[in-house]
Amino acid sequence: MIAFLWKGIVRDRSRSLFPVLIVTIGVMLTVFLHAYIHGAITMLIQTTAHFNTGHVRVMTKAYAKEADQIPNDLALLGTDTLLSSLQKQFPELSWTPRIRFGGLLDVPDKNGETRAQSPVFGFAVDMKNGNSPEWNMLNIKNSVIRGTVPAKRGDILIADGLATALQIVPGETITLIGSTMNGSMSVTNFTIAGTVRFGVSAMDRGTIIADLSDIQAAMDMQNGSGEILGFFRDDVYHMDQADRITKAFNAQHEHSIDEFVPVMGTLRTQSGMADYLDLIDAYSGVIIGIFVFAMSIVLWNTGLTGSLRRYGEIGVRIAIGEEKGHVYRSMLVESVFVGIIGSSFGTMFGLAIAYYVQEHGINIGEMMKNNSMMMSNVIRARITSFTYIIGFLPGLLATLLGTAISGIGIYKRQTAQLFKELET
Amino acid sequence: MEISNSMLIRTERLDKIYPLGPATIKALDNVSLSVAKGEFLGLVGPSGSGKTTLLNIIGSLDSPSSGSALVLGNRIELLSHKESSRLRNDHIGFIFQTFNLLPVYTVYENVEFPLLLLGTPSAQRTKMVMQALEWVGLAGRAKSKPSQLSGGQSQRVAIARAIVKKPEIVLADEPTANLDAANSHNIMKTMVDLNKELKTTFIFATHDEKVISYLDRKVTLFDGQIEKDELREPAR
Repeated sequence: MIAFLWKGIVRDRSRSLFPVLIVTIGVMLTVFLHAYIHGAITMLIQTTAHFNTGHVRVMTKAYAKEADQIPNDLALLGTDTLLSSLQKQFPELSWTPRIRFGGLLDVPDKNGETRAQSPVFGFAVDMKNGNSPEWNMLNIKNSVIRGTVPAKRGDILIADGLATALQIVPGETITLIGSTMNGSMSVTNFTIAGTVRFGVSAMDRGTIIADLSDIQAAMDMQNGSGEILGFFRDDVYHMDQADRITKAFNAQHEHSIDEFVPVMGTLRTQSGMADYLDLIDAYSGVIIGIFVFAMSIVLWNTGLTGSLRRYGEIGVRIAIGEEKGHVYRSMLVESVFVGIIGSSFGTMFGLAIAYYVQEHGINIGEMMKNNSMMMSNVIRARITSFTYIIGFLPGLLATLLGTAISGIGIYKRQTAQLFKELET
Repeated sequence: MEISNSMLIRTERLDKIYPLGPATIKALDNVSLSVAKGEFLGLVGPSGSGKTTLLNIIGSLDSPSSGSALVLGNRIELLSHKESSRLRNDHIGFIFQTFNLLPVYTVYENVEFPLLLLGTPSAQRTKMVMQALEWVGLAGRAKSKPSQLSGGQSQRVAIARAIVKKPEIVLADEPTANLDAANSHNIMKTMVDLNKELKTTFIFATHDEKVISYLDRKVTLFDGQIEKDELREPAR
């Protein structure tokens, strides 16, 4: 009987081709959209981790309260000791100190007079150490557009766009005017080693990257840092593990009343990421729910049209002696065939498109010009094991549901009525 | 009415009433009829006389409003959907005015379908299908699609489908209505031969004189009642 049904599906295009096409398109869109959204979320998490919060971040309790204002006067001191303690206690993460700072960049002319000025935002990261995780996290070497990476004391990198706007080139000297951690004015000369473009609008607008030791000297922060970031070695944010590590670290100081005691926070709990991630998770669920619902309605409609067209066939089958339940079940079996074929094709096509977008990405830089989120301009899809099944099951379910609903009509129709319709 | 062991069908004071808006219409009115094994019987009458309704009740596609219909020992009015299906599947073949072949399947597969429902093993199925197609003279067209057949050939496939499981009863509703005279006679001769060879009971609902001329017994219905029940010498 299965072979008989199969032949019918293959030969009758209105029973196979149209529903298979609908399921294929629906599943393809679901697979691709899921991979794309997942890719966007992953990149958002990754970029936020790399440029902002790390997977976990250690700050003083006082600094953490006002972290958005970058209160370097409340920074960690004795960074080396804390760093080696963290490395020993939590070796599953790479630890690195950072100082975030702001200031005024002054570009002098030949006579030492101001030629151009711009407010800047900067990162002081460990670039003296060749094994520093910063090289990978900020992708420094690959981000250099002109010049080289900093090689000697006083070398800095500057956002390529800012360098172009200020008409400065590698090799020139600039002056950073800011304040020390104690509130005194700080004026320090730097040499531009190279220009960089990270592909993150928020970073590429006006950022400078300096070595940690240079900024420590400039800001009078010997052995100090604004924060120490921890990155999982596989560069994947493991939420449960991050929570566990954070809890263990914070438990060591939970009874301390010292405002400068170090506290740890996770990526999820900082910068409103928890809300973002929950929202995106909810959207993913809604998208899949809408897909199943919409597809069920379309396939229900298709099933109804098919059932109407097949009244003759159904009537004759019942007249020959096939039970209504058997007819109904055979339609469900047919829908399973259609669902499996459509879902398989849809998954294949969806994966193919997702793979292309994973490899090449979609540049949304033009739309992100004024964006302040730590988000890459190139969004790439991300295929995971879940991508393989995300569309398949809803595709199958929608086909089955659509047929099940439309097939109820068979039960509601009297046998004699169905039989009469054979003759019309 | 006395009924012998060879009686396959017996209806007693059969009524069938259909609702028609606020009113009702009586399609069958006190119909009592017995049909013996091997009869070649026709329900004859004008449109609306109740012949198709009676055929549907005998074929367990419909149930009477009152009275009783006994078919092969089964009380039609008491059968569930499942039991009705089983009765049709095991013992009754249908032939329709419009052939109603399944268009996407071949001639062979159309004839094979009732055997699939019965769960007949594959080898036996092949033998029975080819035998049925030989009976109707279409063994050579087994692989053809219904769209490639003439009206007469299509109706012969429908006959093969009805008799492939060797049912006790074949019910045919206006089987020649869509055929020309030559094809009508060929079809009727085929059915007469099958009636003789397999002892299958044939019941026709018809008002076609060509069909009537082949009948052994003619039951005339008018306004839902049996007007005349006559044995006759068929002109074969």
